[in-house]
Amino acid sequence: MVKVENLTVRAGNFEISDVNFEIPDGKYGVLMGKTGCGKTTILEAICGLKNVVGGKIFVSEINVTALPAGARGIGFVPQDGSLFTTKTVRKHLAFGPRVHGWKREKVAGRVKDLAEDLGIAHLLDRKPHGLSGGERQRVSLGRALAVKPGVLCLDEPLSALDEDTHAEMVDLLKRLTAENDITVLHITHSRREAEQVADLQFRIEDGKVVQM
Amino acid sequence: MIGARSDKPFLAAIGALAAMYLLLIVMMLVADAIYGFGVVPFRSDNPDQVSLVSIFSQKEVINSIKLTLYSCTISALLSIFVAVPTGYLLSRYNFPGKLLVDAILDIPIVLPPLVVGLSLLLLFNHLPTKDANFEDMLNDFKVPFLFPKGIEVTHNVLGVILAQFSVACAFSVRTMRNTFDQISPRTEQVAQTLGCSRARAFFSVVVPESWRGISTAGTLAWTRSMGEFGPILVFAGTIPNKTEVLSSTVYLEITTGSLETAVIVSLMMVTIAIVVLVAVRMWDRRNEGGLYHG
Repeated sequence: MVKVENLTVRAGNFEISDVNFEIPDGKYGVLMGKTGCGKTTILEAICGLKNVVGGKIFVSEINVTALPAGARGIGFVPQDGSLFTTKTVRKHLAFGPRVHGWKREKVAGRVKDLAEDLGIAHLLDRKPHGLSGGERQRVSLGRALAVKPGVLCLDEPLSALDEDTHAEMVDLLKRLTAENDITVLHITHSRREAEQVADLQFRIEDGKVVQM
Repeated sequence: MIGARSDKPFLAAIGALAAMYLLLIVMMLVADAIYGFGVVPFRSDNPDQVSLVSIFSQKEVINSIKLTLYSCTISALLSIFVAVPTGYLLSRYNFPGKLLVDAILDIPIVLPPLVVGLSLLLLFNHLPTKDANFEDMLNDFKVPFLFPKGIEVTHNVLGVILAQFSVACAFSVRTMRNTFDQISPRTEQVAQTLGCSRARAFFSVVVPESWRGISTAGTLAWTRSMGEFGPILVFAGTIPNKTEVLSSTVYLEITTGSLETAVIVSLMMVTIAIVVLVAVRMWDRRNEGGLYHG
């Protein structure tokens, strides 16, 4: 579950205030809004990447507002994938588990399972420069899922993909999040995309988040 | 038709300008080589005749080569050690007085080299001497007593390194800042959401991604240190077998009228610089191939 109560976030001169919404356990929530309306700012605040001016953020009933990004149990997939240019796909998938101190065998097993699930097992020794847009997003998704987060935050994850890859990724996101009972906050400006994936739809209108 | 206009005149004009500068550099080196190798034989039986063998048998020249390699390497390592965190700080954080800090860090680049040397001399020449006691130190207000008592900096190897470092590091800081500016902070943020502290994200994600910039900053610092002369002359002196580096050797040989030796040492400096630059570029290119496969 993700719940935001009276959240106020500031980014430079931009401020979005009094944001309230809730995505129940295992549900796929989509937040829409025009470019520059503050969608990404809200997502970053939930992930712990932006300081919160006021309000509270709950993940699975726990107030995580003051917790560091890595302690919130949230996986983050940025818009461009933001892969580590010097690391192989295998190292991307193993990154989180290693930081969390998993044993070597457990890390290797998780990497193998994830790679098969995401259809990237043949790419494990490749680096980001040799990957297509869709493959990059799969790796980015795998990296975020590796430590089995309860919540996944996706910042326009499909915006740069061609139509076929887009459709494949929609299926993949729906299947993986449903299978693993993950609560999702997905940001997009595309209504069509929202309709394809969402259980719940929210929209930012005049600086307020409203459920549709 | 606009599209039918030829690009050739434009390309010819910029090509000609680039070629003129390239030609100037190459011709300078060719002039050195023609003069040096024309006048100086490889070996000579006449003890009064300068030869390559006689030049590179001189104890002063050998020590000068050794000190150059040694001091430039230490200056370059020190520069990277300082430039990586400084560049990162300037690239990622905003703080009061950042503009001023930025400007101060450029001072060694814009200041005349002799002024850098003079300023270092004034700062360090007032260090407490071996026999100074606390009272003397208090009387001598110019000294920040950060520096260990009794260590001679001026007219010493330490002075050579400090003089090289003072200027070279400024270039490295600039390079590292540009490098970090080009690396998206997003990758660090992702690492943080995966459980990394800011420090761990820096070492495990940012440093590997900035490796090319670090190698450029190091090369720049190394070659810049080798070319440094003004601050070394004023601050460390050109004492043979003690503070004489290759740039000082060229200067000393010119002032004593031994132009042949000066030219041969200059050619050696050019060779070293080219070897270092080419080696680093080749190493970078090899790593670039590694961007696709692990």
